[in-house]
Amino acid sequence: MTESSELVTQGNAGTDGAADRIRKAIGLTPRKASYVFYRHTIPVRALHWINALCMLVMLMSGLQIFNAHPALYWGNGADFAHPVVSLSAVGTQQDFHGITQIGGWTLNTDGVLGASYHDGVKEVRGFPDWVTLPADSPNLALGRLWHFAFAWLLVANGAAYFAYAFASGHFSAELLPKARDFTNLPHEIANHARLRFPKGEEARHYNGIQRMAYFIVVFALGPLIVLTGLTMSPTMDSAFPFLPWIFDGRQSARTIHFLCAFSFLAFFIVHMIMVVLSGTWNNLRSMITGRYAIETEAKNG
Amino acid sequence: MADAPNRRSFLGLGAALLGAFSLSGCTDLSSQAWVLGILGEVENLTRRAQRLFAGGHALAPEYAKSDIAATFRANGTLNPNTNEYAAHLASGFKDWRIDVGGLVEKRLSLSVGDLRAMPSRTQITRHDCVEGWSCIGEWSGTPLHLVLAMARPKPEARYVVFYCADPMGDVTIDAKGNIVQPPYYYESLDLLEATHPQTILAYKLNGQTLPVEHGAPIRLRAERQLGYKMPKYVKRIDLVDRFDHINGGKGGYWEDQGYQWYGGI
Repeated sequence: MTESSELVTQGNAGTDGAADRIRKAIGLTPRKASYVFYRHTIPVRALHWINALCMLVMLMSGLQIFNAHPALYWGNGADFAHPVVSLSAVGTQQDFHGITQIGGWTLNTDGVLGASYHDGVKEVRGFPDWVTLPADSPNLALGRLWHFAFAWLLVANGAAYFAYAFASGHFSAELLPKARDFTNLPHEIANHARLRFPKGEEARHYNGIQRMAYFIVVFALGPLIVLTGLTMSPTMDSAFPFLPWIFDGRQSARTIHFLCAFSFLAFFIVHMIMVVLSGTWNNLRSMITGRYAIETEAKNG
Repeated sequence: MADAPNRRSFLGLGAALLGAFSLSGCTDLSSQAWVLGILGEVENLTRRAQRLFAGGHALAPEYAKSDIAATFRANGTLNPNTNEYAAHLASGFKDWRIDVGGLVEKRLSLSVGDLRAMPSRTQITRHDCVEGWSCIGEWSGTPLHLVLAMARPKPEARYVVFYCADPMGDVTIDAKGNIVQPPYYYESLDLLEATHPQTILAYKLNGQTLPVEHGAPIRLRAERQLGYKMPKYVKRIDLVDRFDHINGGKGGYWEDQGYQWYGGI
């Protein structure tokens, strides 16, 4: 983060350090020259990890809630005969298997979606026990308790991040996509696809794809998942009747809520892949201690 | 920084993620009283926040005739299946009485005919089940606030408790050979929700006499709440100042099973 970045330590930029001399003596290649800079401020790090915990609890308790009626619809009421997506089981009580229906498509998803094992017993359940909170299903009452408690934490944490981002300049400096991000997009996508990531000074800032991804997640996906969540509340619909109207009905809002959750999951998976590809421990350290190592030109000893 | 991803990185991250996902261990956390206590406190926060926005009597959205579901899904008890209920059903509920009592100035005993003779309200509303589905239907009934006005609640009355005719389970015999009656469905609302203009004692669905599976002869509609807050087969209404001494003490059958008393979300 530029606004707070500072040179914390001069790393092993020199070539005559003892470690490098030893490496050379035993035939290892010299370490690459790097310096460490202070990348993530304390608020960003704290809010990031609270958010990570909230997202995990929200997703897992959300899947538990979904299991109470594992089907999605469009509109205000539920057209039970025509779900957009449904997880169910077919067969007899003794011999059944789980299926997933998406529109007119039916997929055999036995063991994972529709029917799966819990404590060694096969049961009819939308999502399996290893992704629901609590693990046993149906447990709608507890799933709701977890979901609504962490919803408050998630929103409070998100509001704190918004406040921090705008007050500190983090928003304009790092989150707001810039004009050149759009013109550079094909080039950046090509570089990402070749697993070439920004180095040196460039690595001190979010790159264009990061800015766009974070901007969409923070300012579109985040508010959307909160608003569609509130739309499912009958009391909130009495306070704000436009809520079910803008989302084309309560069941549509529920479907969009679900799509948002899986968009977050997709973001998380890509986020994890990028963390690993661009240096797991360096990234992890920068989000814990704030310090991120930047490689400069490799020196040959 | 590694130029190419190395195996150690992936393995390390995988282990970290597995650790995070053992959060299913929150099932164990969920059985801790203090965790449930904290999670339960949030319910009060949610109720207060929602009331802040929805105020006393903001109306739930109402819909057009064309939005009415072809089949209104019935859930929960579909028939009380007691001899007593069967007799009432056979006689067209002419002897069914709704007794209004507790902390009131005037006790009432109302027949279905008495309720039908009072001013009615018809509303096309969306029924939201706690499970996640919704159905739109047209309900007609007597606004509960008119009934409460007749009974004149005492100043200390805070909640309205609804007692129903449907047993939740079967009669069992305990180890000593005693016959154990199953709990009957019951629910409660605070006075704010009970006097909401859309809170009615419904006797019609989609213009027809209320069917058995939907709570004949009388079910409650509280349109800003989830389905479980709208008991069917209502036969007694009590005004109380607290409900912790009634049945499981949580204010309703499902509340006694762990569901939130506040059913606005």
